[in-house]
Amino acid sequence: MKPVVELSDVWVELGGHTVLEGITMTVGEGEFVSVVGPNGAGKTTLLKVILGLIRPGQGEVRVFGKAPWALGRDRARIGYVPQTEEVDLSFPIRVIDVVLMGRYGALGWMRRPAAADRRAALEAMELVGIGDLADKVIGEISGGQRQRAFLARALAARPDLILLDEPTTGVDPAASGSFYDLLHRIQGRGVTILMVTHDIGVVSQFVDKVACINRKLVVHGRPEEVVTDEVLAEMYGCAALFFHHGRAPHMVVRPHRAFRREGER
Amino acid sequence: MNFLAYAFMQRALIAGALIGATAGAVGVYVVLRGFSFIGAGIAHAAFGGVAIAILVGVNPLWGALVFSLLVAWGIAYTSRRGHLKEEVAIGILFATAMALGIFLLRFVPGYRADLFGYLFGNILAVSSTDLVASFALAGAVISVIALLYKEFLFVTFDPVMAEVAGFPVGILQGALLSLVALTVVLSLRVVGAVLVAALLVIPAATVYQFVRDFHRLLFLSAALGVGEVIGGLTVSFYLNTPPGPTIVLLSAAIFVVALGRRRR
Ligand SMILES: Nc1ncnc2c1ncn2[C@@H]1O[C@H](COP(=O)(O)OP(=O)(O)OP(=O)(O)O)[C@@H](O)[C@H]1O
Ligand SMILES: [Mg+2]
Repeated sequence: MKPVVELSDVWVELGGHTVLEGITMTVGEGEFVSVVGPNGAGKTTLLKVILGLIRPGQGEVRVFGKAPWALGRDRARIGYVPQTEEVDLSFPIRVIDVVLMGRYGALGWMRRPAAADRRAALEAMELVGIGDLADKVIGEISGGQRQRAFLARALAARPDLILLDEPTTGVDPAASGSFYDLLHRIQGRGVTILMVTHDIGVVSQFVDKVACINRKLVVHGRPEEVVTDEVLAEMYGCAALFFHHGRAPHMVVRPHRAFRREGER
Repeated sequence: MNFLAYAFMQRALIAGALIGATAGAVGVYVVLRGFSFIGAGIAHAAFGGVAIAILVGVNPLWGALVFSLLVAWGIAYTSRRGHLKEEVAIGILFATAMALGIFLLRFVPGYRADLFGYLFGNILAVSSTDLVASFALAGAVISVIALLYKEFLFVTFDPVMAEVAGFPVGILQGALLSLVALTVVLSLRVVGAVLVAALLVIPAATVYQFVRDFHRLLFLSAALGVGEVIGGLTVSFYLNTPPGPTIVLLSAAIFVVALGRRRR
């Protein structure tokens, strides 16, 4: 499997504190990896390092085999859905025009979006189920619909790598279920996905690998190997237990003796 | 007597229309970025430049141009580096530049009246040379907006994603502030440093009450800017009132009416 994202011994310091400590991990082409960890663990920082928004103090980062700040045209192959979209909700702009911004990077300087870009944007909107909202103003749709619009913007570029930072915050459970299904389908087209989430129980059934981060990379592996008491305890600093019930794992924060082994067998 | 018969009035109307269109369009970015204060800041800094230019004996507009561009890039740089918030950077820069202007006034007693003209404007003294300069400045500003329409929209709406997409956000924001600076210089002779901020803010804020589409906002704000400057000049001619303040008061009145009938 060709590596799409490679980090080796990446250290990041922000405001005098070490935020990431010697992270080494590889995400292969077509993999769906979720990044989990407590608040302040450095998950968003990790994505920003991959995007080239933060340069590590030490270590090497490679995206499509190049340094993230020297990607050139390959930059347009990355889609990003930030954790909190700090956009002005009173900005006079329609959803379709926001989604079209996903195409801007590939268009380059001074070129305006053409009919083909519009088609790609509409297709991305159909895919995330907001095809009917194209002409709405960005501030006049619900929070969950807006989150889908930002995903559509990331998809509009037809990226080969998508980075998502807690994309289902504020999305209702049914919708976030179909959101994960959608990501799963997108992965089926060969797209590599790296997603930060706290929905660890739910995503375990979709993702290939889980990377547990708490400043250091605690573990990185298949969900059934990773999602154990010990790892979660180390990560969250409290005892937690996952047990599998059919396909869907459940998380119990206070461990229950009776379920203890069942979860792992 | 038809006021169009006077050559000075014709020049005033042409210069006014250019200013109205430019300030109306640039004002859209000023209003949406929430930096109305920046227009005032750059204008006051430009006034400091005017005083220095008079002191060293060059065309005051060159002083205004250099000072306002310096302040524009100073604001872009300091806020980009995260040292200071934009508002704080402007607060410091504009008060300092203005103080410098007034301080230097002490040493150019013969030119006080002239300086006063830059503070409050004198549209009826627009020369044909001024007119040529106005065409050049307005043309430059509007061409840059047309060429970088997509880039400016992106950095105004979502600077983080613009950076992710590979656009040089710091340079684009500096360029936007430079357009504000050029608009200030363009308007200085006509409405003066004190009132130019109003031209930058009021037309855009007025149209914003009704329009939910960026493209349309840009066009209609420029159009309203032209209408308000020309309307204000006409009123000032018949009522024999000072043109700059008349334009601003008319624009403010239209804004208040718009606020009352807004549909969002
Ligand atoms: N610009 C900054 N300057 C200084 N410290 C920062 C900065 N940004 C983040 N940090 C610190 O870095 C650490 C990691 O932050 P990060 O945003 O990556 O956490 P996270 O894992 O995404 O958390 P959350 O689950 O809350 O989103 C935190 O301790 C935070 O305080
Ligand atoms: Mg985060």
